[in-house]
Amino acid sequence: MRDNPVFKIVSKILFGPIIIYGLYVQFHGDYGPGGGFQAGVIVAAAYILYALIFGLERVRKIMPNLVIQYIMALGVLVFAGTGIASIAFGANYLDYSPFADKIYKAQHLGIIIVELGVGLTVFAVMLGLFYAFAGFKPKK
Amino acid sequence: MLIFNNIPALLVAIPLLVSAVVSIISSARIAWILTFSTTLVCLFMAFELIDIVSSKQTLTYAFGGWEPPWGIAFIVDSVNVYLILLVAFISVIATIYAYTMLAREIAAEDLSKAYAVWLLTIASLFGLSMTGDAFNLFVFLEISALSSVTLIALGAGQDRRALIAAYNYLIIGAIGATFYVIGVGYLYAATGTLNLVNIIERLNELGTNQAAITGLAFMLAGIMVKAGIFPVHIWLPAAYSYAPSAVSSFLSAVATKVAIYYFARLLFGIFINITQLIDFFLLYVLMPVSVIAIFYGTIAAIYQTDIKRLFALSSIAQIGYITFAFSLNSHSGISAGFIHIVNHALIKGALFMAVGIFAVGIGKRATMVSLRGVGRQMPITFAGFVIAGLALIGVPLTAGFISKLYLFKAIFETGNVFFVAVIAISSALSVLYLWKIFEVMWLQEPAQPLKIEKEPTVAYISLWLMVITIAIFGIYSHGVSSSGMLAANALVGSR
Repeated sequence: MRDNPVFKIVSKILFGPIIIYGLYVQFHGDYGPGGGFQAGVIVAAAYILYALIFGLERVRKIMPNLVIQYIMALGVLVFAGTGIASIAFGANYLDYSPFADKIYKAQHLGIIIVELGVGLTVFAVMLGLFYAFAGFKPKK
Repeated sequence: MLIFNNIPALLVAIPLLVSAVVSIISSARIAWILTFSTTLVCLFMAFELIDIVSSKQTLTYAFGGWEPPWGIAFIVDSVNVYLILLVAFISVIATIYAYTMLAREIAAEDLSKAYAVWLLTIASLFGLSMTGDAFNLFVFLEISALSSVTLIALGAGQDRRALIAAYNYLIIGAIGATFYVIGVGYLYAATGTLNLVNIIERLNELGTNQAAITGLAFMLAGIMVKAGIFPVHIWLPAAYSYAPSAVSSFLSAVATKVAIYYFARLLFGIFINITQLIDFFLLYVLMPVSVIAIFYGTIAAIYQTDIKRLFALSSIAQIGYITFAFSLNSHSGISAGFIHIVNHALIKGALFMAVGIFAVGIGKRATMVSLRGVGRQMPITFAGFVIAGLALIGVPLTAGFISKLYLFKAIFETGNVFFVAVIAISSALSVLYLWKIFEVMWLQEPAQPLKIEKEPTVAYISLWLMVITIAIFGIYSHGVSSSGMLAANALVGSR
């Protein structure tokens, strides 16, 4: 099955558009349906599709375990750090209003940053879960 | 000051941030230093909160500047501020304890990840004790459940049964959380709000509402699972007995206590418009269940030979004392419950710490057989263990005595002699299992000569910090007892 050229070509063609669609969902999330969680899952799905056709090892080459762990932590840092930044500006935790001069602009910006953090973590966790299950070897 | 206004948010945000950093650090030592300094900062902030609350009464923190009832709010008042201090204090001591104990019990490459999850648990416990939003509480409930399941499963390096225990906790905890969230759904349908303060107002307007009552029933059932209240405690004994000892001492001290606090708040602080129904629940459901829990936990502990499991079973009895005090449905009963929450957290934390040190010393699981004669070989730990054990029984000059004293006071107010007998007999029964352990450890000879491994000196510090606190709270009990009174005042007024 894996050697079937249809799978290989289709997954190669789809890889880019899936990621672009994920980014669309990510950055459209503040005024349309979508957001970091959905985007993270969609982008991870692109990698998982690639891994299903070409094998786990080839995906691990471009996304090693260590990088995944860093992305997980980075996402949380972006999210929680935005909240700390609000406090540093003198507002409440996760209050975006001081980020820009107009309040709606500030909310816009704040949501994009926070959702980016969510997206990064969800992407990394999805892929990490996939690695953990796909790479699982029972101990003898 | 800028920082002080944001303490409620920072108590959750700082452990969360640091946990993300710790998860990518490979050196266990640096991970521990970061964890420990975070818990110290949290302890400092908890003391600040007490200052703020004692002058301002109630502190409401609006996340993102969205004022409640629209946004998520954290509420700190005299009911939960001492609980926050308790969580912060225990987390500092348990982190000191974890320094040597975790390193001996779990694989070296897992250590920094374990500290990351440890911090996540601390963050979620702070969140649980502060949140003023019914659904946000569910989120923190899930974070605390998932992170403590991970911590319990880390015991698999010592004993594979930890995996089954963690899995059971995961499934039973998830059922409990589902019940809770169904309850929140009903309540939201009836009141149209999730903010606890706003829910109180709406419920008063509604009067007796079937959907709200159904919601309360589901929420109580869900929280009872998390609090380890008999008969839905079944995840608790295995989870605490197979977890690494640092984890069992930390979780047994504070994890269930936070759920019990919310249980009390639901009963006495939220549904104040349907007191008749609550009175009925307290008298005909919670009280019999608590009495059964007290006897079940104590008697099961007497027949138990595995020491960690024994103390986990005794926890069920102790939680029974707390809920029994609540079920008396009086000002003094509620304050006795809150006093015992603090004292039991200290006592049970200290006991689990001591058992963990014994187990590391002899290099195998602590049982009635393997601990023979250990007391004479490890006198420092044994002395601390005995003091904490006496406090569990309720001997004068220990914190446990204060708990029992206030419990008796609350019972005498009801004028029911039967309850006096319940507490007296169950305390006498708890002497049985503790004496059995003391005897095995001090008077009996080991089967083979004991080889005591190098003892974890750092763990002594935390054990003795707990023991000294138990002794101090037994003599200068004013702080704890007035905290219980203040909590009861805030919940039911000074009736």
